[in-house]
Amino acid sequence: MCTVCGCGDTVTADGKPISHDEAHRLGLPHSHAPAFQPAALPFPHVQAGHHHYGTGAAGVSVPGMSQARLIEVETSILAKNDALAASNRRVLTALGVLALNLVSSPGSGKTTLLCRTIEALGEAPLAVIEGDQQTSADADRIRASGARAIQINTGKGCHLDAAMVGHAVDALRPRPGSYLFIENVGNLVCPAAFDLGEDAKVAILSVTEGEDKPLKYPDMFTAARLAVLNKTDLAPHCDVDMDLYEANLRRVNPDIEILRLSARTGEGMAAWLDWLRARLAEKAA
Amino acid sequence: MHEMSLAEGIRSIVEDQARAHGFARVTLLRVEIGRFAGVEKPALDFAFDVVMRGSPAEGARLEMIDLPGQALCYDCARAVEIAHRLDPCPICGGGKLIPQGGDEMRIKDMEVV
Repeated sequence: MCTVCGCGDTVTADGKPISHDEAHRLGLPHSHAPAFQPAALPFPHVQAGHHHYGTGAAGVSVPGMSQARLIEVETSILAKNDALAASNRRVLTALGVLALNLVSSPGSGKTTLLCRTIEALGEAPLAVIEGDQQTSADADRIRASGARAIQINTGKGCHLDAAMVGHAVDALRPRPGSYLFIENVGNLVCPAAFDLGEDAKVAILSVTEGEDKPLKYPDMFTAARLAVLNKTDLAPHCDVDMDLYEANLRRVNPDIEILRLSARTGEGMAAWLDWLRARLAEKAA
Repeated sequence: MHEMSLAEGIRSIVEDQARAHGFARVTLLRVEIGRFAGVEKPALDFAFDVVMRGSPAEGARLEMIDLPGQALCYDCARAVEIAHRLDPCPICGGGKLIPQGGDEMRIKDMEVV
């Protein structure tokens, strides 16, 4: 078979059969396979009595070596993150720690919900990893409520990744059978793609954000196991249709669980605490 | 969404492959991107150029191959192909679909010298 274009044609020169490669060298007319591209011609590049051997992709000619080779990679771009996340997951599972990745847009009330949750869980052992671009304000708030917390500042980063969480887990050393809350950077886009090794993503959205939010940011709500509809105490003041919120959440993720609550007034908090205790019990089982 | 991080992931894979296979330069890199991967292709193209500087893939051509979006329809229980995340089921018109594929972000292969 011709190594230039891959066709199987034979060509004759003065009645004698010659190979296709030789027909190329002789400049004889012959047919080409449809995929043939002149750019695929082998080197040397011949130009008016001047033979260039170093014009190929490699910039150098080695007898017996083709200028370029193809390496099959078939590797996920996020393979490194996924491997670190799997490692986090093994460590946390060995400890029987329930790890929840709390995701939301900025201002949905993640930190307030966490502070109220910590107070309500009382003596249950727990630790918190706080992710923000800047400041340790959130970790300070969490520590003020009595829990152990580590603040991760991502700098310019828009999400936590598995390496950051792995280092934080190693520093926090969560107690066996405890809760680990990972408060991700407030962002409904990027954190959806980065597995941290958590048991579940919990998406928090507040009633003031608009019922169409799940449709605008479907990736996050598809990745989440539970959606918490927060600030229900404000619902009467902002013409919100809570059923439409739920319908839109189920449209992007038919499996999603939904809880309505107000971290400020405590309405609906009991169901959230029950959900947490049930997940921890599952993890310990 | 986070194309710069993705480009950094590509760079680290390229550098690993360069050590493993002993090549100096990548001329073409082909990636497969699912419809639902949330990757903005022009942004990845831009990030790729910037992030690959000083790596074996500096100046390499980036080719992006689209993979279809797949979903399971909860109304008719069939696996279907959809172009957009919120499209209805093309068979029964149902609106409850859960993505089942199409979130891939994978380096398929690279041409090296």
